[in-house]
Amino acid sequence: MKEISLNILDITENSVKAKATLTEILLFETDSSLKLIIKDNGFGMSKEVVEGVTNPFYTTRTTRNVGLGLPLLKLAAEQTGGSMSIVSKSIEEYPDTHGTEVTAVFDKKHIDYTPLGDIVSTVITLIQGHPDTDFRFVHTYDDKTVELDTRELRAVLEDVPLNTYEVIVWIGENLREQYNS
Amino acid sequence: MKSLAELKAIKDKMKDKVVLREGSSDIRVVVGMATCGIAAGARPVLNAFVEEVNNAGLSGQVTVSQTGCIGICEFEPVVEVFDADKKVTYVKMTPDKVKKIVAEHLKGGKVVAEYTIADKA
Repeated sequence: MKEISLNILDITENSVKAKATLTEILLFETDSSLKLIIKDNGFGMSKEVVEGVTNPFYTTRTTRNVGLGLPLLKLAAEQTGGSMSIVSKSIEEYPDTHGTEVTAVFDKKHIDYTPLGDIVSTVITLIQGHPDTDFRFVHTYDDKTVELDTRELRAVLEDVPLNTYEVIVWIGENLREQYNS
Repeated sequence: MKSLAELKAIKDKMKDKVVLREGSSDIRVVVGMATCGIAAGARPVLNAFVEEVNNAGLSGQVTVSQTGCIGICEFEPVVEVFDADKKVTYVKMTPDKVKKIVAEHLKGGKVVAEYTIADKA
C-alpha cells in the first residue's frame, strides 16, 4: 500500500463486514510517531481466529485463499520498528461487549515509514460505501484535533442518506477545513 | 467552517428528492474495494465516479457502490457496470478513464470497449 490511509480503508472494511454498527478510527500523531486504533463493535473473533489473521493464507474472502489486509498493515508497522496487535471479543463469548480493536504503531522517523496520505478520502470512501453504519474519526496531532462522528450528522440529516453527493462533499470540506485551520 | 447549519440546509433541500430517487436507479456502477483493489488504486476511481456521475446530472439514474474482491486481482482496479440484465467489466481503471465511461457509457449508452476486460484478456 502506498499510503497508510489505504491500509486504514482496507482494515475498516473488515469491521463493516463484521456487522459493526460503530467503527472508530483513532489516530494519535506526534512529530516522531503515529498510533492507529481501529475499534469496532462487530461480531468479533475467537482466540483461534485472531491468532490466524496475520497469516496471509487466512482470509474471509471466498474468491481465493489469500488475505493480505492485516498482514500488510503489520508489515507497514513493523518495517518502521513499530508493531501491530489485535484484541477481539467474539459475540458468542461476549454477547454484550463484543468487537475488535486493531492497534498499529509506526515510527515516523524510520526510512521505511509509509506516509499517512489522503486520510480524508478514506473517510469519505467509507461513508459513501456504508451509509447505514456509523463511523467516528479522530485525528490528534500534538494539541490539534480533527474529528467527525456520523451519528451527529445523522441526527441532523434524519432520513437523508449519508452518501448523498452533497453530504459527501460537505464531509470532505468539513474535514479539510479542520485540517487547515 | 462547514457548519451543521449548512448540513441542515442540505437536508432540507434533499428531502423532496429522496422520495423520487427510491427505486429509480437503472444503472449500477460497482467498484471492487478489497485489499487488491485498494492497493491498485480503487479509492480515487470510486471517488471519481461519485463526482463525475453527479456532475453529469446522472445521480437519479446511476448508483455508485462498492464491493469486495471480484476475483481478477491482476486486473484491478475493476469496475462493473450493470444495466438491466447486461454487465460490462472495466479493468485497470484510473480516474481519467472514469470521465470517458461516464460520458460515453453511462450517459450515451455506448460501451467504452477499449477499457473492458474483453479487450485485455
